[in-house]
Amino acid sequence: MSTTHLGMPAVRDDSHDTGLPTYSPAGQGNLRGATSFPKAAHEKLLDTQLRRNLGKATGIIRGKRAGVVAELDDWEELRLAGSAIKADVMARLPELLEQLEENVTARGGHVHWARDAAEANRIVADLVRATGADEVVKVKSMATQETGLNEALAEQGIAAWETDLAELIVQLGHDAPSHILVPAIHRNRSEIREIFLREMPNVDPALADDPRELAMAARAHLRRKFLTAKVAVSGANFAVADTGTLSVVESEGNGRMCLTLPDTLITLMGVEKLVPTWSDLEVFLQLLPRSSTGERMNPYTSTWTGVTPGDGPQEFHLVLLDNGRSAVLADEDGRAALHCIRCSACLNVCPVYERVGGHAYGSVYPGPIGAVLSPMLTGISGPDDPNASLPYASSLCGACFDACPVRIDIPNLLVQQRAASVESHPRPTAQDLALRAAAVAMSSPGRFAAAEKGLALGRLVAGRKGRISSLPWPLSHWTDSRDVPAPPAETARQWWARTGGNDDEQEGRA
Amino acid sequence: MATCLGDAMFPQAVKGTVKLLRRLGHEVVFPEGQTCCGQMHVNTGYLREAVPLVRHHVDVFEPVAHGEWDAVVAPSGSCTGCVRHQHAMVARRAGDEALAERAEAVAGRTYELSELLVDVLGVTDVGAYYPHRVTYHPTCHSLRMLRVADKPLQLLRAVRGLELVELPDAEVCCGFGGTFAVKNGETSTAMLADKMRNVLGTRAEVCTAGDSSCLMHIGGGLGRLRTGVRTVHLAEILASTEASQTPAAAGSAGGVRDEPAEAQR
Repeated sequence: MSTTHLGMPAVRDDSHDTGLPTYSPAGQGNLRGATSFPKAAHEKLLDTQLRRNLGKATGIIRGKRAGVVAELDDWEELRLAGSAIKADVMARLPELLEQLEENVTARGGHVHWARDAAEANRIVADLVRATGADEVVKVKSMATQETGLNEALAEQGIAAWETDLAELIVQLGHDAPSHILVPAIHRNRSEIREIFLREMPNVDPALADDPRELAMAARAHLRRKFLTAKVAVSGANFAVADTGTLSVVESEGNGRMCLTLPDTLITLMGVEKLVPTWSDLEVFLQLLPRSSTGERMNPYTSTWTGVTPGDGPQEFHLVLLDNGRSAVLADEDGRAALHCIRCSACLNVCPVYERVGGHAYGSVYPGPIGAVLSPMLTGISGPDDPNASLPYASSLCGACFDACPVRIDIPNLLVQQRAASVESHPRPTAQDLALRAAAVAMSSPGRFAAAEKGLALGRLVAGRKGRISSLPWPLSHWTDSRDVPAPPAETARQWWARTGGNDDEQEGRA
Repeated sequence: MATCLGDAMFPQAVKGTVKLLRRLGHEVVFPEGQTCCGQMHVNTGYLREAVPLVRHHVDVFEPVAHGEWDAVVAPSGSCTGCVRHQHAMVARRAGDEALAERAEAVAGRTYELSELLVDVLGVTDVGAYYPHRVTYHPTCHSLRMLRVADKPLQLLRAVRGLELVELPDAEVCCGFGGTFAVKNGETSTAMLADKMRNVLGTRAEVCTAGDSSCLMHIGGGLGRLRTGVRTVHLAEILASTEASQTPAAAGSAGGVRDEPAEAQR
């Protein structure tokens, strides 16, 4: 296997470097759930409140996105530009990462490299402990959700306070995020009120479920944290290689509080978040807000470059996370999955996501992009790996590709990951044997016509009703809710052989 | 290209395609060696196993690349999509560049029915007559893989007697998705429930589409619930004329069709 595409050029400790791209190790972080997708979906589909909450929320975001995208006559060109910039980044990621490291360091920041989730969490915990702090405030970050940082910090006696309103709801509810952008999308405002009343210290017991009152309660709670915390932890939406600048885009301003008030700022960022130059942000700052929140521009865009004396955090650490990204990068076609800018547009348009919600995917990355990215980052260990079921969590309807602001061909990646799933089987499964037999039958007209003789059995089962309402497993998964028509008395090829394509029935009738 | 599903389960869509094209003055050939494009294997992840199916398809339909026929047509957006967007990929992944190039040559002349009629033959009024209230479901692969856009609607609007009613949320998947409907049967059913709600809301008596597979799914649900709405392939509607409009030709209620004329034989 070629190793020329490794994303992490600067791993100094090569004592366990095998030279091969490595997946995110099993048992670390939150990239893999405990059960297969169909099992998890079974539970979620029974939750009628969840269906209602998701249907309403995704419908609103879809409408807003469609409106602001339609405003731009160069949307397709922007998508192409976004895709081209990311393809360039992936083609020279090692070089750009070293450039980023050099520029961040030159501006007074410190750069750390984390091979996997455990290493990232250890680096962050050590940095927090070195400041003497026992709590941190957090900017909403998918990378820290991916590594399970909050739990790792808690084990070290460090409290992590989520400050993004939706993340706060998830944290206070002892829950897990179910959406990349709107982590509490599965909750409605009555449920949020109940969580606040139960979990938020000093909350007004007369709190109503009015959105403004809920936001004010969260605001009062968070202000106390902003004013006392000495350390903040963030993720990053973008890192500009040629200036060493980091950027976070957000809606609430709580991120801005975290990025400016504490003495120490620690940013954990996946290595794929790079753009080469400052002017590349122009493309992504148009694509991202329109695709994610359906806004022309998000309310707060923060950028920072190293350390500025007397202004903002005086100590800045950037932790660059691999955690399986090198393995994705090594797949020249599959690496497009790393182009993802975490906008969630594919989640909001996905008919599967809308009905089961994010938790069914197990990974912190749900929806269509999560269904490919999660197994790509972890690898698929075999048919019983929950991530082996994720690429099948799609009807391949293609709505995700149309919505993706960087034109990731998610349907094709889903098919490729299905192949990876099939090829992970150490021994043939029942499905493997059935599909292999079908391939043999279907690759010859004689064998296919012979197989079609079995349709007579279907006619027998259908009987006088003309329909089949019950079939044995696994086809029972179809007939549980849908009939099958009785097979015809004559196949199309038999009809052609008999009539040469002359429509004898119609002529006979006329 | 009859497609395996059209051949085995929905010959009426194949017959409709043949009848329609002959009525428009074209010669139709049915290569008897044809079997299946391999879509089920490809989309279930059996890319290696799909190679012989792709090779067989290319062997059978290659005369179109040599000019022996003008075009290959299929009454299916997803089978056409598989030929056009996946065959060469499957061959290349298996390291067979020669097969990939042959597959591309065949794919370049392979059309879904509405594409062939509107783009290649330049007709929208095919002289059909179908006096029913009809709603049209744009299947995902015809819409987003082939980009047929409103071509099927152009054809339906020109059908005499047909009352076309718009389907709300038409572009949302019905939940079929090939083996998805079995591997994730419950999620598929949840999607189908919303599609059926929209179909029933139109008060149409017929739901049509360009893919027998999606119609089998929608019709299977409508039939199970005895909704009284039937599913009919676009090709059958376009093939229909005054002469063929007999009660028997209109099909049975509920998307599951009895075929009395054949059953009597």
